[in-house]
Amino acid sequence: MAEGDEIARETAEAVARRSYGKLVAFLAARTRDVAAAEDALAEAFASALAHWPTRGVPDNPEAWLIAAAKRKAIDAHRAARRGEKAVPHLALMTEELATASSGEIPDERLKLLFACAHPAIDEAVRAPLMLQTVLGFDAAAIASAFLVSPAAMSQRLVRAKSKIRESGIPFRVPEREDLRERLPFVLDAIYAAYAEGWSDPMGTDPSARAMAGEAIWLGRLVAALLPDEAEALGLLALMLHSEARRAARRDPSGEFVPLSEQDTGLWDGAMMREAEALLRRAAALNAIGRFQLEAAVQSAHAVRALKGGADWAAIVTLYDALWTMTGSPVIAINRAVALAETQGAEAGLAALDALDPKSLSQYQPYWSARAHLLAGTGAMDEARAAYDRAIGLEIDPAVRRFLQLKKTRLAH
Amino acid sequence: MEYMLVLFSDPKPLMTMKPAEMEQMAGAYYAFTQALQKEKAFVDSRRLKTAADATTVTLDGGKSKVVNGPYIETKEELAGYYLIDVPDLDAALKWAARCPTAGHGHVEVRPIWPMPG
Repeated sequence: MAEGDEIARETAEAVARRSYGKLVAFLAARTRDVAAAEDALAEAFASALAHWPTRGVPDNPEAWLIAAAKRKAIDAHRAARRGEKAVPHLALMTEELATASSGEIPDERLKLLFACAHPAIDEAVRAPLMLQTVLGFDAAAIASAFLVSPAAMSQRLVRAKSKIRESGIPFRVPEREDLRERLPFVLDAIYAAYAEGWSDPMGTDPSARAMAGEAIWLGRLVAALLPDEAEALGLLALMLHSEARRAARRDPSGEFVPLSEQDTGLWDGAMMREAEALLRRAAALNAIGRFQLEAAVQSAHAVRALKGGADWAAIVTLYDALWTMTGSPVIAINRAVALAETQGAEAGLAALDALDPKSLSQYQPYWSARAHLLAGTGAMDEARAAYDRAIGLEIDPAVRRFLQLKKTRLAH
Repeated sequence: MEYMLVLFSDPKPLMTMKPAEMEQMAGAYYAFTQALQKEKAFVDSRRLKTAADATTVTLDGGKSKVVNGPYIETKEELAGYYLIDVPDLDAALKWAARCPTAGHGHVEVRPIWPMPG
């Protein structure tokens, strides 16, 4: 019984969240006032969560939410009349709600995503802003995922919404060259939202897991609405490949399992097939980019499920291309590890030595990669010292235990 | 929406500019202004004399205090403005990028507070 309630509540929440974002987008696209749109819909949303689990999700949830939001907007309109200040906005909003309830609501979420990821918005707040406005996450949940205090996160979100309204940021999907320039901001923000959900250290926080799932949902939305943008498909493929391995990342006792030791039987085959199909579609569009390359790396790892081993030669080639494109030291570390698989630990270590150690001295994966490669060359004392650096820098207790285990297993 | 493109640039290179360069620069601003006018985006524009000619005033205990120079001393100083009327921030940012100042200085885009009534 209690379980049934829980399921009804979760269904209501999922349906409401999707409709909520669509309605916020619809209203904000007209008034440019995200905060006012959220206010009008917040009460409708809360009321849906109170009623739907007991009375069932209505046949047309959006019509239901609009009706509820309309009542709320009219009330606010009346209240504001006395103050006069917010009248034009609210009058417009009440009008829009009246038209909307008579027909199908156009999907403006993509416009809202482009507004949230506008270059005039502080980069750090773009992903949180998307999570809040399009998906309806509250500031506290977002704050905990992004390791910021709820008060600070609320303040940043309020400021960003005010910037959208006051500076005249348009709600528009840019065309041609502008799209090429702006789409990466949207994709980066979606990936940031995914990564925050993914990096949940214990793998146990349900809100972080939900955030990764919702980021994938946003990725699906963008891929569906811009089916000819290769990088939009590439990002979705990348997220699906990572997500497919979620169940294999921890063993039954909660211990960290590295990619190379994961039980491929726990990987989600359907998700991986979907990712592969997306990558093929993206490749046919002939516009290679960072997300497609990173997804292709994951695809070369996924080969292990079929052939018993990852395609390391392909991985090295892909990391070469990514390194040329991004110059990112994180890519360079991964490239060095892959190089060790094809050409031996010495070659991998040489590639690692070529990097600037100053920028990497506080980066855990650099030290664990270094330890792994040193062990491969037989330099056990140095390997142990490198593991100590890695252990000292790691935040996740499970990963820390894993690194300690690797260290104790080194031959003397 | 109305925006002010606030122009910041270093006045030093101007002092040593050759006449041909000066003419080219003036031509670039003229063309930019013309383009704004043709697109019906132009409201107003002025160029300011150098900040060295500025005088700054504040009231200190009810008495006017006058100081020689600009309020804030910077390498790139406030050099002028364009007041434009365009649909949204993206349009304003496009004009800002076309403004010759963006090539050698900085263009700050500020929305104008709408007048009541």
